[in-house]
Amino acid sequence: MTELNTCSASGDYPLTQNVVPILHEIRHALRKLLDEGEATIIDLRAMPFAPGEEDELEARLGTGEVTVRIEALGPSVIKETSYAGVWLVVHYNTEEEIMGKFIEITHVPSIIESQTEDIKSGIQALQEGLTIDS
Amino acid sequence: MSAVDFLLWVRGPGLAIASIIFVFGMTLKLFEIFMLGRKKNLAELRGSGIKEGFVTIFTRSRHADTYSTRHTKFTYYSGWVFHLGLFITVFLLTPHIELFKSFLGFGWWALPTPIVDLTAVIAMIALLAILFHRITNPVLKYLSVGQDYVVWALTFLPLLTGYMAYHHLFFRYEWLLGFHILSVCILLVFFPFTKLTHAMTLFISRWYNGMMGGEKGVQQ
Amino acid sequence: MSDDKTLAEVLRNQGVSRRGFLKFCATTASMMALSPAMVPRIAEALEQARRPSVIWLSFQECTGCTESLTRSHTPTIEGLIFDAISLDYHHTLQAASGDAAEHAREEAMKENWGKYILVVDGSIPVGHENYSTIAGISNLKMLEETAKGAAAIVAVGSCAAFGGLPMANPNPTGAAAVSDIIKDKPIINVSGCPPIPVVITGVLAQFLTFGKVPDLDSLGRPMAFYGKNIHDRCYRRPFYERGEFAETFDDEGAKKGWCLFKLGCKGPITYNACATTKWNEGTSWPVESGHGCLGCSEPRFWDMGGFYNALSTPTIDIAKTAGIGLAAGAAIGVAAGALNRAKKAKATREHETVTVDDLEKGEKS
Repeated sequence: MTELNTCSASGDYPLTQNVVPILHEIRHALRKLLDEGEATIIDLRAMPFAPGEEDELEARLGTGEVTVRIEALGPSVIKETSYAGVWLVVHYNTEEEIMGKFIEITHVPSIIESQTEDIKSGIQALQEGLTIDS
Repeated sequence: MSAVDFLLWVRGPGLAIASIIFVFGMTLKLFEIFMLGRKKNLAELRGSGIKEGFVTIFTRSRHADTYSTRHTKFTYYSGWVFHLGLFITVFLLTPHIELFKSFLGFGWWALPTPIVDLTAVIAMIALLAILFHRITNPVLKYLSVGQDYVVWALTFLPLLTGYMAYHHLFFRYEWLLGFHILSVCILLVFFPFTKLTHAMTLFISRWYNGMMGGEKGVQQ
Repeated sequence: MSDDKTLAEVLRNQGVSRRGFLKFCATTASMMALSPAMVPRIAEALEQARRPSVIWLSFQECTGCTESLTRSHTPTIEGLIFDAISLDYHHTLQAASGDAAEHAREEAMKENWGKYILVVDGSIPVGHENYSTIAGISNLKMLEETAKGAAAIVAVGSCAAFGGLPMANPNPTGAAAVSDIIKDKPIINVSGCPPIPVVITGVLAQFLTFGKVPDLDSLGRPMAFYGKNIHDRCYRRPFYERGEFAETFDDEGAKKGWCLFKLGCKGPITYNACATTKWNEGTSWPVESGHGCLGCSEPRFWDMGGFYNALSTPTIDIAKTAGIGLAAGAAIGVAAGALNRAKKAKATREHETVTVDDLEKGEKS
């Protein structure tokens, strides 16, 4: 979507300077995760960014060792940034349009874990599959 | 009444009524003044006095003698600051120029908005100082009548509401803009029937003063 | 007819996994401008929410609101929410027509009395009821009838919320807004021409999640989406502050992205989410595309003095009114002046001269 910024009639507008404060917020959240075991989620869609600032934030966060791709109602890409415990979660719909963008400070984003409901459905499906075989 | 209805009324019927009354009043005054005519001058004239009349319009804007310079410092400086500030704020701000363009058919160059913001503040401060002077100076206080204070308020309100509107102070913008336009409408309605007509008559009276001086051969 | 399945069950039946459901909740929270900490609460609420019955009535409208909402080719979050409700009546979209459709509506109303959501788009002609009818029933009657058993009414689009285009001067049909007619039910005004699709579904999602009407502003619009002024969120605001305005649509200023105040932008008096949420899944919005805001989510925006006239200009012809004032002033001025001159002449004529003798005579006697 960044290409569109060059298409629109926009000029040099002042930056929001939101990048550094968010990095500080992440630092505090990491501390909280370590000391209290509490996770934090930051909704990036809720913050105003001037063109280029969101990219700057993501560049500073970098990429770590883990990338997870989920296919549920369209793809979701979750990657650990170069800072352990800081995950970038991007939800897309089936048209590859961004539906949500979050930074999660946690050991593992809860959406990656297998969900109880789905396990229950899995048991049922497996059961039905086995009874057909036997 | 909702904010939208209020805003639509002041931008429509409100301004219509105000402009009719303002132009009506000023035209009426103008005709009354000129149709009364002047007494025929039976003395031998030195000159026609026409050029001197125009010169006086400008020279009367500044002190010409040491008595005035010494004794009317406050009125002189505060008056200049206020009038200049008001002129710049009214005529050199882009949204106002758009307004003039809508009925004159032409506009003109504008000053950057932050500068006009500053001149508005300066004009308001000058007005407050002028009011303070009027209240505290015993002679002025003695001479002042109700109309003097009313006219002060009529002039102060458009500046205040305009400043508040631009800075989105305290209230929602639609209401602030509506009040700003309303305050101008009220000013226009009262204008021709108060001493505010000096805005027009000062040029006429200064010209005649200068002309008389030019005719009679006295330094104008 | 709405069945007793919960929303979560409906999504499950559509093949949506729990993961998908959590993704749905997270993105819905983001869309509703709620904190991510609210996601578990939303998940819980949606899990238990029953599919509400929704009756959608279209009156004097252009169908733009329905188009805005449904014109998605692939499943988006909006589409999902739309599927999650039980749309029991929508005369543009539904298969049935005529009597069968009206019968379906009456059945849905009876079955869900007091609990269904009534969505209205389009204004209602009150001037002459029969200017707009559906299956022979006037809009006014249909609204009054259907509103009786509704839990809440969502007035979608500026026509239903405020009267919109049909109400524009001279309002030939006597168009009225929903809130002008129904006074005893909670009404949520989702204004806009059309409203941003995500706002329509966001309001529905909020109603589904919390089961009650969201916080509304003085015009009945949800604060979550209409709480902020366009002008206060506009990225071109620094240009307004500096006084850098585009004069025409293709001059240097316009190309540099300067403020569009002089080209009629109504941003300062408009409250909507366009500047932050934007349109087409966050692609752009009118000002970013170089056109001033029309103020389409405000009442009477069609009569707001012209889309291309600045907010500071009058809505009537001042030159004409000034001309009237000038003519009247001149006429009365001449008359008054003539009277004054006559008075002066009379005074001159009647002026009595006094000589010294007259005075001495006076003193002696």
